[in-house]
Amino acid sequence: MSTMYEVLPGPEHFLPPAAASMGVRLPDPGQAHIHGKIVNEDEAMEVAARQFLSAKVPTIFPGPLVLWAWNEKAAKKATAIRHLYETIKESVTPSQQAMLIPMPDYRPKYPKINPEIEINPNHPNLTIWHNKIDACMFVGVHCHQANLSLKIIRGGTYCYTMAMCAQAGHEDAMVSFRDATADKIMRLADWVKKLKGSVAPPKD
Amino acid sequence: MATQSLVGTKNRSGQVVTDAWKMMHEAERSPCFFTGSEVIKEAIRRANCDVMIAYPITPQSEAAALIGELFAEGFIGDYFRGESEFAVMSQCAGAAFGGARVFTTTAGPGTMRAMENFPMWAGARLPIQMIVTCRGINSPLSIQPDTLEISYLLNTGMLVWHAETAQDFYDWILKGYMVSEEPDVHLPLALCCDGFFVTHTKDVVNLTPADMCLPPYDPYRSPVPCMDMECPPVRMMRDPFVMKSNYISYATHASWQQEVWAAVERSRKHTIRWLDGLIEVDRPDAEILIVSSGTAVSQGREAQALLEEDGIEVGIVKVKTLRPWPEEEIRQATKNAKHIIVPEFNVTGWLAKEIRATIPDADRVYAGPHVCGGMTMPPEVIAADIKKHLGIKAESLAGRGS
Repeated sequence: MSTMYEVLPGPEHFLPPAAASMGVRLPDPGQAHIHGKIVNEDEAMEVAARQFLSAKVPTIFPGPLVLWAWNEKAAKKATAIRHLYETIKESVTPSQQAMLIPMPDYRPKYPKINPEIEINPNHPNLTIWHNKIDACMFVGVHCHQANLSLKIIRGGTYCYTMAMCAQAGHEDAMVSFRDATADKIMRLADWVKKLKGSVAPPKD
Repeated sequence: MATQSLVGTKNRSGQVVTDAWKMMHEAERSPCFFTGSEVIKEAIRRANCDVMIAYPITPQSEAAALIGELFAEGFIGDYFRGESEFAVMSQCAGAAFGGARVFTTTAGPGTMRAMENFPMWAGARLPIQMIVTCRGINSPLSIQPDTLEISYLLNTGMLVWHAETAQDFYDWILKGYMVSEEPDVHLPLALCCDGFFVTHTKDVVNLTPADMCLPPYDPYRSPVPCMDMECPPVRMMRDPFVMKSNYISYATHASWQQEVWAAVERSRKHTIRWLDGLIEVDRPDAEILIVSSGTAVSQGREAQALLEEDGIEVGIVKVKTLRPWPEEEIRQATKNAKHIIVPEFNVTGWLAKEIRATIPDADRVYAGPHVCGGMTMPPEVIAADIKKHLGIKAESLAGRGS
């Protein structure tokens, strides 16, 4: 299928399509994608760092794969994510509010979750809306659940979504990395540090 | 990838775990003269399979029984006969939820009886491999070849491939696991063949070495968590969205379905790499094309030879995968064709309908000839239909005895 479809911030549609069904393809190792277009990883690193630095509420959503030290890699990634969060926090202006909100599990929660303390893949828009999050990154979320969330966010919010995926990446995010490691997350933190002060903060 | 680190080690039966690409493309092959059922056994011997479950139904019973011998020899982790086809497919789900590489075989009414499980497998992202040795499904009972059951599988969310020969079958069983277990795919695969024509006839098949096997399945690469009663997909089954009547529940379920079909799309890239394309084209410039799948392709090749004797050039398009559907490939392959003939071993002509929905100027598609209920499809019938379509007088094969 030839594609002209771009993965852009919403609100897109009552039920937006899965980007894969619109012809968007996942990157190969060493690559990433921006809005569905395959790019080299460094280009995506810069775009991701700029998004964090220019957002009013730049947020990281760590999922179950990195919230518990179930193996050595997970523990290292968790440390790297904390470092990325601290770096974003130190790099933004006082008018910006960096957040770290976990997705601890995938259970449907009724009548509703507390959006101040968690995000849920079945209704991630509630957390985005409540906290006015305008840029976010998923990391450590199982791929199926991440795609579900990313698509619902694109459908109903204006949030700019990014994914740091440990497997093949996510077409439903606006920027996606693949084969995520602790080192790759640290590299993104380095990009944030490098661009600190060079990106205009959001206008009120 | 964790399983790559196991390359070079030995599995429970002493086979060397081998890089799958090297095993399938570089390892020395030895020719054997086997039935399709025996070929299934030989593929599974090398598949590093954890669990095989089946229920006897012709024509897959022989393959299922032969795999029992593999279990006795220590090549399969667990093996048993379920209480029915429905039970088998549910048991396969249980094994796959638990992180096992699972294999099963079925056919005809068995496929239909188990049908409820297939969208469940796909929705739960279980990369189970199921061999479907197609046969008649309707009353009056027939055990003979008929591909109608494939049409019921096309909208389950499973990957659906249609093998032409026993060699396809051997290679695609092993390659199938490599595609369906990719984390961005992670879907069940229905690997179909035409019962008896493939399962019960002998053919020369080139096998990879028996002391090599695929790397084991790594459940930690799954896009959904391992079985956990508090997490989806299992949690969904005891606390389903359908029980909640609100927009969020509907949107989540809708997105879930879309994600299954997105995964089918993602399989395209991997399938093209492993199967060397979703279709195979012979003489793409011919004005007359036979487009088919399964053993109808073989019959098409024979018809092609017959027509060549009469100075009529015909090309062949072999459709290897039905899901993912090779939409762009078929559009390209048929762009110059004036007449597209789609022979099928079923009464409804589901493949012709798919092709008509794919290409421009669909009135170029001639749905047929069709046979069903176990009838063979002599190449003369295909050749005669093509001639009739071209306005050339052809002798009717059915009238030969008069």
